[in-house]
Parts: sequence; structure tokens; C-alpha cells
Amino acid sequence: MEVIVISESNGDLLHPVTAQLVGASSSLGGNITILCPGGKGLSEAAEISGVSKVISVEGDCFQSYDSNAWSKALAPHAEGDLVLTSSSSTGRELASSIAAIRGIPVLQDATNISEGIVVSRPIYSGKVIETSSVKIPCVITLRANSYEASESSGKAEISTVNQTADVTISIRKALERAGEKIDVSEADIIISGGRGMGEPSNFSNLEEVADLLGAAVGASRAAVDTWDEIPHSMQVGQTGKTVTPSLYIAVGISGAIQHLAGMRTSKYIVAINKDPEAPIFGVADYGVVATWEEALPALKNELSALLSN
Amino acid sequence: MGVAVLIKQVPDTTSKVSVAGDRVDESSVSKWSISPYDEYALECAMRLKESGYSEVVAITCGPQRSSKALTEAAAVGADSLIHVHVEDSLDSIQVQTLLSAAIKRTGSEIVLCGKQAADTNSGSTGPGIASILDYSCVGVVSEVSVDDGVLVATRQGPSGLEEIEVSAPCLFTFDKGESELRRPNVRGIMMAKKKTVEALTPGDLGVDLGESAVIVNSHSSPPDKPPGQKFEGVSSIATVVQKLRDEANVI
Ligand SMILES: Cc1cc2nc3c(=O)[nH]c(=O)nc-3n(C[C@H](O)[C@H](O)[C@H](O)COP(=O)(O)OP(=O)(O)OC[C@H]3O[C@@H](n4cnc5c(N)ncnc54)[C@H](O)[C@@H]3O)c2cc1C
Ligand SMILES: Nc1ncnc2c1ncn2[C@@H]1O[C@H](COP(=O)(O)O)[C@@H](O)[C@H]1O
Repeated sequence: MEVIVISESNGDLLHPVTAQLVGASSSLGGNITILCPGGKGLSEAAEISGVSKVISVEGDCFQSYDSNAWSKALAPHAEGDLVLTSSSSTGRELASSIAAIRGIPVLQDATNISEGIVVSRPIYSGKVIETSSVKIPCVITLRANSYEASESSGKAEISTVNQTADVTISIRKALERAGEKIDVSEADIIISGGRGMGEPSNFSNLEEVADLLGAAVGASRAAVDTWDEIPHSMQVGQTGKTVTPSLYIAVGISGAIQHLAGMRTSKYIVAINKDPEAPIFGVADYGVVATWEEALPALKNELSALLSN
Repeated sequence: MGVAVLIKQVPDTTSKVSVAGDRVDESSVSKWSISPYDEYALECAMRLKESGYSEVVAITCGPQRSSKALTEAAAVGADSLIHVHVEDSLDSIQVQTLLSAAIKRTGSEIVLCGKQAADTNSGSTGPGIASILDYSCVGVVSEVSVDDGVLVATRQGPSGLEEIEVSAPCLFTFDKGESELRRPNVRGIMMAKKKTVEALTPGDLGVDLGESAVIVNSHSSPPDKPPGQKFEGVSSIATVVQKLRDEANVI
């Protein structure tokens, strides 16, 4: 089986999910080629073990993001039996467009891919797991942190192709730069605050804990809607981001069903809430009934002590 | 020129979704609604109409029940309604092919849809349709307006939040925006009831669906987690941190 992995980049670097995509492909026993859109993360991609070829797809169209142009440029090189991308929003868009150009189906946000091809994925915001069989050729996007990353002891052959495609979207102005803070959809640990934080300035207490853990700061919709300082990009839930970190810490969040929809598949959940009846405790692995005013300073101290050991 | 908005009917986000046997049990769904992001797309379509586009056509593809979502869209102002009637479950490319054919029939060069439906959670339909129709595609937008003949949108792109411009033909996939959603008033609801829904079959659209390349084997409820541990008071923070290290191995 020919597998084409489309790499994900993080600025100019390779996003770690790319090695996880290779990990998932290896378990299927395919011959793996990585496509690097715009050549980003090329040398890192070539070091991922189990990859036979890395193709840098270059061209002016990769200077800014235009999913239609990018997918037109990538599709001629993505003719494999299985095309795999990350289930980030860019990954989903490219996957869908390439699938449509080829006239084949796409399955999004797989958490497991096995021979056959059999795909499991959460639907209805994680309330249901769907398992389906899909005929090849097909396109699949994989949820980050679902597979172990392939090691980086490989040495794949690198080639470059030039591709043109018309860019039709032009950027007028940047409103808020990505990358200054860790994004919740990429983080392995998330600490989120809700309306119980009282004031947006109190989120600095969450940031301090986040800095200790290398975590991202998220928020409930009530926090995003109530305070202008808390941008929608931080929102976790039904109408925000769906996240699957190893650890999710919810502070002053009641645990409404729409919030749970975005985070209940996290590996471990900690809840800090002053109300012992708050529904968030129903999904928490570790619940602490306390106010954040008491709990966060204690958490900071304990973590500093533990992590400096 | 008209604006097309794609509306999907899904179980309301407050409704229970349960599995019976190995399939989602639709009869347990207490309320069906327009998928949340589609509501933002619809709101934007109404605003574009107010700024000069001739009409808003709402399109859905799905079983009989889903035509109610079109009536709900009419209640907030959609002018014409198209229901592509299909009872079977379709794969992504089949849905996209049908909706693309319906859009083509309306001649709309601006298409708005949700970034992700609340049932599939996929985000395949918009970008797929844009590729089939060869329209520009702007994903994850929170606002679209017209400025001097060009379309201006706020999108969450890979390099952050940005204001972009693009010309028709273009498809936009909607995120939650800042705009207040309009609610239907009594007059709107009365008018909507009288509106006809144009019901079309795949054949009417000249589409031969063929076989689905995806076969759903089963639906299941996510595995139950072991019951959580709950602690009273701030003194337990030390215990929890220790457990995160020793039991959970996450820090
Ligand atoms: C269509 C739709 C989509 C939605 N999408 C989302 C979504 O994507 N994400 C989302 O989050 N919500 C979403 N919601 C909203 C959701 O229903 C809730 O309103 C929201 O999640 C509540 O946020 P909250 O928990 O921060 O606030 P609240 O429900 O007000 O809870 C605040 C909590 O803080 C606790 N608290 C108060 N003071 C303290 C203190 N000093 N220390 C510790 N704890 C304290 C309280 O006990 C309470 O449990 C959606 C709703 C709808 C209808
Ligand atoms: N059957 C359908 N009928 C109408 N619109 C749809 C349909 N399926 C998907 N869409 C639109 O495409 C968006 C994304 O859907 P999905 O790709 O299933 O996540 C939805 O929010 C709708 O706007």
C-alpha cells in the first residue's frame, strides 16, 4: 500500500504530529512518502524512521494559506492508496479538498486506523465512537496524540518539485498572531478557567501554573462571552475547540454538557471547583472541592517543588 | 446574485444521543436543530442580503425530517429552500457531490456553511465542495462582509487571526462569530410555514450516487472511565499532584 503523509508545520518547523502520522502508517505496513507543503520542516521530516521518500512541494502559492491553492498543488503528488494528515483545521481542509479533487472519501479525526482499512473516530462530540470500513483509495485525518511518534533515526531520500496554483485569498492585516502562546488544540496539558475565575485578570494565576507545566490556557464559553480579554481561540467545547490532552485541569468551570463535549476525551481530568455538586466532578479523575483562590497558589507551590526535584 | 447557505439538521446539543444495539438511536433524540455553526453561517447570509445580495437560499441534504431545518431557516429570513432528499447514509464525497449540484442549480457564487457539523464533527463538506466547484475556500471565518465589491472576512488561519479579502465565487466555513443570532419572530414563523420547500432527488440533480465507499460497522458509547476520586479542601492539592505523577504519569 502506498501511503502519503502530508506534514504539518508549526511556523517553519515540523509539527510533532507528523511523526505520529508516520507511526500510524507504519502500523499498517505501507510504503511511506511524506509531502512537505512549501518545504517546511523538510530535513526533520527526512529523519523520521520508516519513511522512504520526502518530497518538498514548493511554489509561490505556499507563501500564505489558501486551502484551495495548496490542495491543487499537493494533489498531483498525493495519489497514494491512503493519504494521511493531522486533524488540525488546516489538515482537515487539505484532506477534504484533496479527497474531493480525487473523487474519494475522507474520514476525519481518526483515533485508530487498522488494516482493512478500519477507522475509529469520535462523533457527536465524543458521545459516540464510530467504527467504519473504508475502501482504498481514501484520505484520513488523525487526531494528535492518538499514536506514538515514529523515532527520528531515519534518513529518507529528499526530492523537490515545483508547483504553481493561483492564490485567490489575500491577507489585509494580521489581527492576532498565532504562536506566541501555546494553542489549546496542540497542547499536551491544558489548564482552563471558567466564570468562577471572577475577573479576566485572575487568569494570570492560570498562566503561572501553565508556565510551570508547559501547558496552554483554555477557557469556558461563559468566560469567553463575558470578558473581551479572553479570546474565542481559547474556548474549549462544542462551539470551541475539541481537545484530547494527557491532562486537563478545569478551574471554576461548572461542566456544562457543551463544555464536556470538547474535553471529556482527555486522558486525565482534574477539577477545581468550590461547589461539590458541580457536574464537572462527574468526569474528573481527581476532583478538589476548593476555591481557586486557595487552590491555585497551593498547586503552584506543589508543582514548583516537584518539578525542581 | 444570491447567497447559498448549507444547513444540516442534527440532534440539539442538549439532547441525549444514545446507542441501541450497535447504532445511534435516532428515536432517543428529543429535539432536532440546525447545527450550531450553520446558524452563524445563516446569520451572515442574512447580513449579506441586507448589504445588497438578492436572496438567500438554504439547502439541506438528508432524510424527510431534515426539511424542518429549512423551515427554521426561513423563519429567520431565508428566501428559498431546497431539500435534497436522501434517506441512506452517505459518505463525504457523495454528500459533497449532491450539495455541489444543488448549489450549481441555484447559480450562487457565495456559499456559506459550518466549519463542522455537530453530528459528524468532520469539517469535510465545505472544503470538498469548494474543490468540486473550483470556488475559493476560506475556512474558519467569524465574519464576512462586502467592501467595495470584494468580500472581506475574519479568519482563524494557521498564522493567527487575520482579515483577508477574496472575490466570488467563494465558499466560507463558519466558526462561532461575535454576531448576535437573530431569533424568529411570530410573523417570520407564520411566513415560513407557507414557504414551499423544493424537494429534489439525486436523479433530479443528475447525480448517480453509486455505492458508498464507507461502511459503518458500529457505533458504541465511549468506554466508561473508572470513577474519579474527590477530595475536600485545599490540603488535598499535594495528594493530587503526587497522584498525577505516580498514578497518572502525566507530569
Ligand atoms: C449551542 C451552545 C454551545 C455552547 N458551546 C460551549 C462551548 O463550546 N464551551 C463551553 O464552555 N460552553 C459552551 N456553551 C455554554 C455552556 O452551556 C455553559 O453555559 C458554560 O460552559 C458555562 O461556563 P462556566 O462553567 O465557566 O460557567 P458557570 O456555569 O457559571 O460555572 C462557574 C463555576 O465556577 C464555580 N466557582 C465560582 N467561584 C469559584 C471560585 N472562587 N473557585 C472555584 N470555583 C468557583 C462555580 O461553582 C461554578 O461551578 C454552549 C451553550 C450552547 C447553548
Ligand atoms: N447533509 C448536509 N446538508 C446540508 N449541509 C450540510 C450537510 N452536511 C454537511 N453540511 C454543511 O457542511 C458543514 C460541515 O459538515 P461536516 O463536513 O459534516 O462536518 C455543516 O456545518 C453544514 O453547513
